[in-house]
Amino acid sequence: MAITALPHGDKQQYMSSDEYNRRQSFNRIIAILLFLVPGMIFFFAFVLIPVSNSLYYSVFNWNGLGPPTDFVGLRNYNFLLNQRAFQQSIQNSFMIVILSLLIQLPMALALALVVGRGHLRGRSIFRTILFIPFVFSEIITAYIWSYVYHPRDGLANFIVHLFAPGAENIVWLADKDIALFAVFAVITWKFFGLHMILYMAALQGVPQDLEEAARLDGANEMQVIRHVTLPMIGSTLRLTVYLSVLGSFQQFVLIWILTEGGPANATHVLATYLYKFGIISWQLGVGSAIAVMLFIITFTFSLIYQTLVLRRDYDTQFVN
Amino acid sequence: MRDKSYVTTIKYALLVSLCFIMMLPVLVAFLGSIRTTGEFITRPFGLPRDGVKLDNYILILTDPDFWRSSVNSVVITFGVTIVNVILSSMLAFVFSRMTFRTKNIWFNIMSIGLLFPLVVAILPIFIQIRNFGLTGNLLGVILPMAAFGIPSSVVILRGFFISVPKELEEAAYIDGATIYQFFFMILLPIVRPAIFAVATIQIIAAWNEFFLPLVVLTGATETWPLPLGLMQFQGQYGTDWAAVMTYITILMIPAIIFYLLTQRYIVTGLTGGELKG
Repeated sequence: MAITALPHGDKQQYMSSDEYNRRQSFNRIIAILLFLVPGMIFFFAFVLIPVSNSLYYSVFNWNGLGPPTDFVGLRNYNFLLNQRAFQQSIQNSFMIVILSLLIQLPMALALALVVGRGHLRGRSIFRTILFIPFVFSEIITAYIWSYVYHPRDGLANFIVHLFAPGAENIVWLADKDIALFAVFAVITWKFFGLHMILYMAALQGVPQDLEEAARLDGANEMQVIRHVTLPMIGSTLRLTVYLSVLGSFQQFVLIWILTEGGPANATHVLATYLYKFGIISWQLGVGSAIAVMLFIITFTFSLIYQTLVLRRDYDTQFVN
Repeated sequence: MRDKSYVTTIKYALLVSLCFIMMLPVLVAFLGSIRTTGEFITRPFGLPRDGVKLDNYILILTDPDFWRSSVNSVVITFGVTIVNVILSSMLAFVFSRMTFRTKNIWFNIMSIGLLFPLVVAILPIFIQIRNFGLTGNLLGVILPMAAFGIPSSVVILRGFFISVPKELEEAAYIDGATIYQFFFMILLPIVRPAIFAVATIQIIAAWNEFFLPLVVLTGATETWPLPLGLMQFQGQYGTDWAAVMTYITILMIPAIIFYLLTQRYIVTGLTGGELKG
């Protein structure tokens, strides 16, 4: 308040008065507290404290009624790690990560290179359409695709029959060799637009004369992309790998609605397994142990990735 | 030149067919909504043969449950967005323009939050919400969702706040502005696009959220937002695909309109924090 009391432009007093400086720094501290504390309380109450509680709950046998008292040590972890179905769900989680990195990202990049560079007429229309699935809720996506994959009524088999009349109906989501890939196709449909739009935004920042210069020097298009364009959008490429890995580990709604982890656990991932144990059968200790392991995996990954890969990007981008 | 136009043609053919594939399920949902289920499953791509059937639209749009779910969705969306944007912009202000000794510690603690998706934390969140007596209450969805969105919103906003020149701040203080006046009357108006971007991302996330309401609002159907309404409707109508596709189409229309109106903010919101491309 002391500052407003000052007459306009009274710089002399602003600089010299000790009393004024003391009051001003007091005001700053108050302001910092007022801005910082509400958000931080909120963040602690609804994010940090609950998340830390997972660690605590995970060493109890607890059905959520009353406080946890039946301490079991690491038995929940032991129980899970020795379970065939849990091993399968870890494997599936990693499978979705790998498929995303190998299929989803290259596809998004290829499209961004086609749509995002040079003078392509109708670019914004293509971009708009390809990004639309990202805006729909996962539940809408899941139900549309559960129609598409329906063995008797669905679109997928309708198309199969157009090309192979009389073929047997494929049970897309009930065949344990196909189900995970069928689910992955939906994940790709929904999320590849996100990566594409990030690549396109980055490509807009690549100076055209740089690519032009390379072409004049006799580089063919592949060489231009390989040696000029891609290095220029390197930070975005590294960022999307990061987002894709974390995002893949967090897939839940699509998988749960489409298959509930079936058939025979073929599509269970860590998140669906967590839901099954934690919420459906109310074994909160076991569920929390899954949450802790999921967190350890993603945390380790992001620690390593941030230190080894993303560090240099931060250095240039978050200059204070 | 000839070579070039040949490449362009292939480009377009590729893009148009890909766009068609991406839009196929959407198109099919719409075509399903205006026909009977029997007609729909025998000819998924066909136009209506015996006139457009709007029965399913009437069925859903005259259902009080649908409208109650819509109201709940609007309340959740507004609540999450307002709480998140206010708290995030205050935090981003501290982290971008104030200097104090423990600043980096607080910022790093908050950044860890980027690693906790709601999915991982759903059990303890549920216990916490139950302890606060908020199960079956829209606040039980609004508060955790807003809190979980804080880290990403802060990171994005901080990036924009930092880019506002220091001289502007000094000039404001010399002219006698308080910290609060600078924040509300100078800084926020300048970074308005960033605020819109963060709000847009939050609106989409809150409107679409399924998991948290599913867990927190389970027993109280009168508090269900649209995603849970769709789940209930699907449970009722099962393989009456035409009815389900109508509900889906009704939910897609506002999403598409919102997307077309806010497209550039979505792009800023997604790219703003990490890269300013």
